[in-house]
Amino acid sequence: MSILDVRDLQTHFFTDAGVVKAVDGVSFSLSAGEVLGLVGESGSGKSVTGFSILRLVDAPGRVVGGQINFKGQDLAKLSDREMRALRGNRIAMIFQDPMMTLNPVLRIETQMVEAVRAHDRVSHKAARDRAISALAKVGIPSPTERLAAYPHQFSGGMRQRVAIAIALLNGPDLIVADEPTTALDVTIQSQILAEVQQLARETGTALIWITHDLAVVAGLADNISVMYAGRIVESGPTDAVLTAPAHPYTQGLLGSIPGHGRRGERLTQIPGMAPNMARLPDGCAFAPRCARVSDTCRSSAPEITTFDGRRSLRCFHPLVPMTSSA
Amino acid sequence: MTPILELEAVSRRFEKKLDSVERLARTLGADLRETCVNAVDAASFHIQRGEVVGLVGESGCGKSTLGRMVAGLLSLSDGAIRYEGTDITDARSVAARQKRLRIQMIFQDPMSSLNPRMKVAEIVGEAAVYHGLTTRREVAGYVDDLLRKVGLDPAFAQRYPHQMSGGQRQRIGIARALAVKPEFLICDESIAALDVSIQAQVINLFQDLKRELDLTYLFISHDLGVVEHIADRVVVMYLGRIVEIAPTAALFDAPRHPYTQALLDQVPRLGAGRQEFRTVKGEIPSPLNPPTGCHFHPRCPMAGPRCGREVPRTLTTGGHSTACHLHDGGVA
Repeated sequence: MSILDVRDLQTHFFTDAGVVKAVDGVSFSLSAGEVLGLVGESGSGKSVTGFSILRLVDAPGRVVGGQINFKGQDLAKLSDREMRALRGNRIAMIFQDPMMTLNPVLRIETQMVEAVRAHDRVSHKAARDRAISALAKVGIPSPTERLAAYPHQFSGGMRQRVAIAIALLNGPDLIVADEPTTALDVTIQSQILAEVQQLARETGTALIWITHDLAVVAGLADNISVMYAGRIVESGPTDAVLTAPAHPYTQGLLGSIPGHGRRGERLTQIPGMAPNMARLPDGCAFAPRCARVSDTCRSSAPEITTFDGRRSLRCFHPLVPMTSSA
Repeated sequence: MTPILELEAVSRRFEKKLDSVERLARTLGADLRETCVNAVDAASFHIQRGEVVGLVGESGCGKSTLGRMVAGLLSLSDGAIRYEGTDITDARSVAARQKRLRIQMIFQDPMSSLNPRMKVAEIVGEAAVYHGLTTRREVAGYVDDLLRKVGLDPAFAQRYPHQMSGGQRQRIGIARALAVKPEFLICDESIAALDVSIQAQVINLFQDLKRELDLTYLFISHDLGVVEHIADRVVVMYLGRIVEIAPTAALFDAPRHPYTQALLDQVPRLGAGRQEFRTVKGEIPSPLNPPTGCHFHPRCPMAGPRCGREVPRTLTTGGHSTACHLHDGGVA
């Protein structure tokens, strides 16, 4: 049973330069305990998708279409008040920069107790206990003492842990994490990935992990969705997508990553650069950079096709045979 | 053969002197001391002509400080730097200034290293005219050639930095460095801010330029995948000290220092399947107050009593150097 079911989400930005379709028909679903890696380069709409789920998109942006079904209710139709009751409670978000979550002039204790009591009528003592156990869960040493500290007294990695602890406070069903380890060092990143992996397994929290780094989701996510120019171009189980990518863009991204066993070889690069979102080409947005482009790609945009039961793709010229399409 | 670049026990300290109030407080008995950070502590290595040396480490390990000293942007507290055998430690000497022109640097963020009020033509051409590599009359053609070399349309010469994408700006940074015909490039996290697909384009460009112009690189990066791809040898730093130097294949296949082992273990990799992320305990200690002995010992799984007492010597066997007691008589 899915916790979150996003159908045909459309988030547009109404700018002077024209309408930017930052998210244009994105659909995916997520069940309890599942980790979804939402991968894309800057400007692909991956973060706006995350913000849209939490209804945090600011003007000139607006969610203009689609449904976001969270445990049976459509988030797009909730009042601001109802949404506020869900946010930080059933759905939490972790940002790239923990200072977006933390207030620099308040002690961690104040912020965490506040987050608990905003959603739950419990005593200060009970809220404090919950904060301590959340801090312990994310691996902060001597959590009781650290509660009295201010955010600036923590290192970057510790701050991100505090932000994750705050997201966990009310035992959410869904966490949207937007590039939470991008700014961190490798050793700290792997500590946080290890903790998140364990948490998702133990608590059954579903997780959307937004990142530009395919290698991070390779070890973490159950499923991957690859975004390009506001659309999901390919999605499916992590292993399948990474070992046999069907979309030329996914293949290009994988080829661009330097790494083991390819020393000194020339990287396969994707020519050109990401398109201007205010003036997308007709047809497939990837067509100008694609090696397999044909006239069809330039004139019409490919629809989503499902294959192998659990994979889906938007491409006229897939790289793998499309068998047993559902 | 004389190496193109030699670093001999290069050190850099940053000191914060006490101000007058603090000095007064100290005479009245307060426990105040001048704080001193050993950003780079006795780093020695050499680079041969045509080599690509990767310098890796986590934030605060001193890798950028070291790069800046080589480029002459920071003075040394101790030690010596030689370029083709000539001492260039004192950046102001005449010999150093001539040699330094051969060393150019490419920065991480092109937006903060390109003057936003100058057109690309001026940014790229300015230094070449000043150093007499071209004349004012011919500079336009000179710039066009450079732009073509880094894969940009010469029409970009009339643009300002803000009119370009991140990848294009980084190419301008590279063109500017190449304008004075350097032999040695220091790339300080030069591709860290770029998207994956653009990153691959720039890595390929670096490799093409190396072949075409016979360049030598010091490639500073926190991204081990990139370093593994591009470098011939790798230098690993931790808290200001070099802990391991080895040819790339040897380092990635059989790292000797526990820190390098931990670092390599934790890089998320493609094709590893679902990964169990293992972790090194603890965080990088404050460089203001580094651990005694081997800086890594509080986080090291193999540490013994000797590690907290004694600074490990650097031992080299078969071109592979390590500063670790494990390889020098044990940790007991």
